[in-house]
Amino acid sequence: MFNVIATISEVASTKATFGFSVIVQHALTGISVGGCYALIAIGYTLVYGILRLINFAHGDIFMVAGYFMIFSFAVMPFPLAIIVTLVATTVLGILIEKFAYSPLRNAPRMSVMISAIGVSYLLQNLATYLFTALPKAYPAIPGLKQVIKIGNISTSLVTILTPIITILLVMLLLWLVNKTKIGMAMRAVSRDYEAASLMGIKLNKTISFTFAIGSVLAAVGSILYFTDRMTVFPYSGSLPGLKCFVAAVFGGIGSIPGALVGGFFIGICETIIKAAGLSTFSDAFTFIVLIVMLLIRPTGLFGEKNIDKV
Amino acid sequence: MKKILAVLLAGILALSLVACGGNKSQTTTSASGEKVIKIGVFEPQTGENGGGGIQEVYGIRFANMIYNKVNIGGEEYKVELFEVDNKSDKTEAVNAAQKLIAEKVVAVCGSYGSGVSIAAGEYFKEAKIPAMGCSCTNPQVTNGNEYYFRTCFLDPFQGTVMSSYCKNHGYDKVAVITQLGDDYSEGLGNFFVKACEKNGINVVAQEKFQTNEQDFKAILTNIKAADPQFIFAPSSIATAPLILSQARELGIECQIGAGDTWENGTIIENAHGAAEGAVVTTFYEANPATATGEEAVFLNGNGTVKGFSDYLVSMGQPKDIPAVSALGYDAYLAVFKAIEAAGSTDGNAIREALTKLSFTGVTGDISFNADGDANKNAAYVKEVENGNFVFKELVKIN
Amino acid sequence: MKNINFKSRMNIDLLIYLAIIVVSAVILVFLDMNKFEYNYSISIIEKSLVYAVVALSMNIVTGFTGLFSLGQAGFMALGAYTTAILTIPAAARPNVYYMNGILPALENAVVPIPIALILGGVVAAAFALIIGIPVLKLKSDYLAIATLGFSEIIRAVIASPMMDKITNGSYGLKSIPGFKSSLECFAFSLVCIILMILIINSSTGRDFKAVREDEIAARSVGINIFKTKQLSFIVSSFFTGVGGGLLAMFMRSIDSKTFQITLTYDILLIVVLGGIGSITGSIVGAFFVTAGKEILRFFDEPLVVAGVEIPLFKPGFRMVIFSILLMVVVLFFRKGLLGGKELSINGLKKFSRKKDEVSVGGVA
Repeated sequence: MFNVIATISEVASTKATFGFSVIVQHALTGISVGGCYALIAIGYTLVYGILRLINFAHGDIFMVAGYFMIFSFAVMPFPLAIIVTLVATTVLGILIEKFAYSPLRNAPRMSVMISAIGVSYLLQNLATYLFTALPKAYPAIPGLKQVIKIGNISTSLVTILTPIITILLVMLLLWLVNKTKIGMAMRAVSRDYEAASLMGIKLNKTISFTFAIGSVLAAVGSILYFTDRMTVFPYSGSLPGLKCFVAAVFGGIGSIPGALVGGFFIGICETIIKAAGLSTFSDAFTFIVLIVMLLIRPTGLFGEKNIDKV
Repeated sequence: MKKILAVLLAGILALSLVACGGNKSQTTTSASGEKVIKIGVFEPQTGENGGGGIQEVYGIRFANMIYNKVNIGGEEYKVELFEVDNKSDKTEAVNAAQKLIAEKVVAVCGSYGSGVSIAAGEYFKEAKIPAMGCSCTNPQVTNGNEYYFRTCFLDPFQGTVMSSYCKNHGYDKVAVITQLGDDYSEGLGNFFVKACEKNGINVVAQEKFQTNEQDFKAILTNIKAADPQFIFAPSSIATAPLILSQARELGIECQIGAGDTWENGTIIENAHGAAEGAVVTTFYEANPATATGEEAVFLNGNGTVKGFSDYLVSMGQPKDIPAVSALGYDAYLAVFKAIEAAGSTDGNAIREALTKLSFTGVTGDISFNADGDANKNAAYVKEVENGNFVFKELVKIN
Repeated sequence: MKNINFKSRMNIDLLIYLAIIVVSAVILVFLDMNKFEYNYSISIIEKSLVYAVVALSMNIVTGFTGLFSLGQAGFMALGAYTTAILTIPAAARPNVYYMNGILPALENAVVPIPIALILGGVVAAAFALIIGIPVLKLKSDYLAIATLGFSEIIRAVIASPMMDKITNGSYGLKSIPGFKSSLECFAFSLVCIILMILIINSSTGRDFKAVREDEIAARSVGINIFKTKQLSFIVSSFFTGVGGGLLAMFMRSIDSKTFQITLTYDILLIVVLGGIGSITGSIVGAFFVTAGKEILRFFDEPLVVAGVEIPLFKPGFRMVIFSILLMVVVLFFRKGLLGGKELSINGLKKFSRKKDEVSVGGVA
């Protein structure tokens, strides 16, 4: 963490106009974006941990969750709308797994990946078809968009809330994975799913549950992310999706704390790069991080050592 | 070796595709015995610019409802529209343009978005079909293409107008935000900066963002630090509400302005109030009280057809008239009048007629210069007030 | 005896194929002569041919070598920009680079189209050589993401202000000389496709397949896995680059937005529908998808039956159908339309004989 702040000030010092408040402002932005990324990255990490599959559709599930919120908010009070969004997204995640991934359980890995890309393609096209390519206004959840001003620094409540909610959810998730029976099943399946199923663990149930958790977190991330950005359009999930995958790899795919750290890292670095006037390379940077990480330490920061060969 | 058969299949498919083409002539006879000519509508109805494109289509359709019969060589022809969706995508645009050419349209209206117009322009030129752009403002559309015309002003003009606006309002510190890889955004921004240098206005920050970017806080924080009095952020409808709301959230209180793309109700709606005070340059301001001639027809209808607002409402749209719809209307009208003047459906004859055409359309007097651009020297500046675009001033450039 | 039989059979086949190429060429000449009657068909055929080249080149690396690469759009961009920069007529350049001017060295750098296309391929291949060194060490899905990442990086660099004087940055390039006739497009694509087929059927191509089937076994018979992968990646990128150049010629104006990830997905759609690892599949797939997208245009237009508008038909429906088709193929016909097999005259004969058997297999 201190390193990051040091880097911020290093970059900042190159620009004469940068004052303390500017640095704090950038830091807030970076941490908030990072929080959302972390929530999405966990979805990738969980699914990859269990199925060894990059769920290309995860970013699009996140986007569809945005649309769920828009439509449910229009017809019901917001606490209910949030619940409906979470439930609907979870159901979507489970359905995608059932229809697009589970029939390919024993297929070559490339087929499953193509299926994942296919789902992503389908969700994007479906969203364009149903809701047009025009951005739709995301509802303002009362209070969340309230602007807070401290001196020169101005931010909204959701910006501050995002990292806090993220960390709380991760703690909850860690408890779930480490202390509960279903969590144990998840860990067993991700270690060796054949052995796990021989031990009487219900494979399909565990996988569905994993997808459900990933989707719920994507939905929470979606609410925080879109509340801050206020519009949803059919492609709003694709880029964050890819970045979050990189975050997951950075932290060590399969590792929940890794995804958290990776999400914050990518979010903060991205903000620094944009702040330094290098927007051109903000996306490129993400991929460079990926490639460098894979070459130096393919298991990521917190990844387990066992690498499967093929 | 036998796999060369692959190529064989290509051949067979090529053959079957020939069936798609056909012998069509420019004028056909409809079932009811009327003679028909077709005008192509080349607009995005999906994709990035789908929203703006459809608004132009409405203008064109409405013009077609009013002017649906043309007299050519003593015979009356019904004018039908043939619409294609170029999907805001250059590759699709080529095929869409070819589709129009194959349909033997006599002329083309469109498109919203310059990139697709540039892509299709080469093909219209080759097929000698005159095309009339509505709101494609990039200089490259008509440059070097004698068959492309347009009813709107150009990017350099918009950038210059905004700079004049800043000068008139005494702003001497301005900032620019542009989208990387987007010719419209970068073009406007660039000309704005150039005009500012001429006007002695200090450009204190120039920031860029990637396509599909959703986080502007980083670049906006930098801009805030530079403390400008005005931010020029020409960009797409999708980006506008994000820039506006994130700027306000960061406590940037200065005025924010952009080009014609921002004049769209969805921006105000999506920005949740942050759009208040934003300024845009645009092509048209509806003024029902003083409307005469063509504008009166456009706004109030002609007896058999109701006014455009009612038409929009009947299409399930908000009743506010987008400027691009007015341009669509004028584009159709220019083509229509040229066909009438040429007395022919021949592309060259219509092109000739267009170069000499002069008439008063909805958006003002329309005639074309040597490049095929409408001779326009004024832009309307509108400001968002209480959730509506309100006309503020007419900025003229000489 | 057998040998002679086989040879003469091959010669007959070859003759048939040659005859068909000639017939297709004649048809294209006919179309070209009636350009304004058939321009829509010509345009679809040209686009299909270009996509066939790119799809087949993707198939070399994905289908025949088993490396899932998603970098197509980036390599196409390199080829397209190289070709465009080297072929835009010098007189048109000041107009094209109207905003920032052009690098003095490029002002008059015009080369004949075939050379420009080859150079486009070479630039793409050179990049493949460089990025292949780190990337090809990665496992299947990481490789996919890394190549996809590189493709985005290439696009970002092309659009960046630093490249203004070379690529015209955000403003794109126009006035690219197009195909003079569809025959020209046919000839270029044909050469590329034949070369790729020859490579696939050569001993190098067999090495590719060996690596795909079993890396360990391939290594044990003395195949250098990394070199083979690298070669496959470079060959594929070369032809992708040439394909990009052809696409630039087809479109006549390009900008960086043309080469987004969706372009790669479009190519992937063709490869998957046609059948991963099938040459004829990629070619048929290119025509099927390109023509299909055009023919299905009516799905995007409101359909009115007996005065009632059917609500399903509105813009975007076409792409939904294609996405569903992709999912159906992936899930139920995993091997694509042609299932890794090739269409051929003999195959067709066998097919008609064994029709029942095959259809049962297809359902299962």
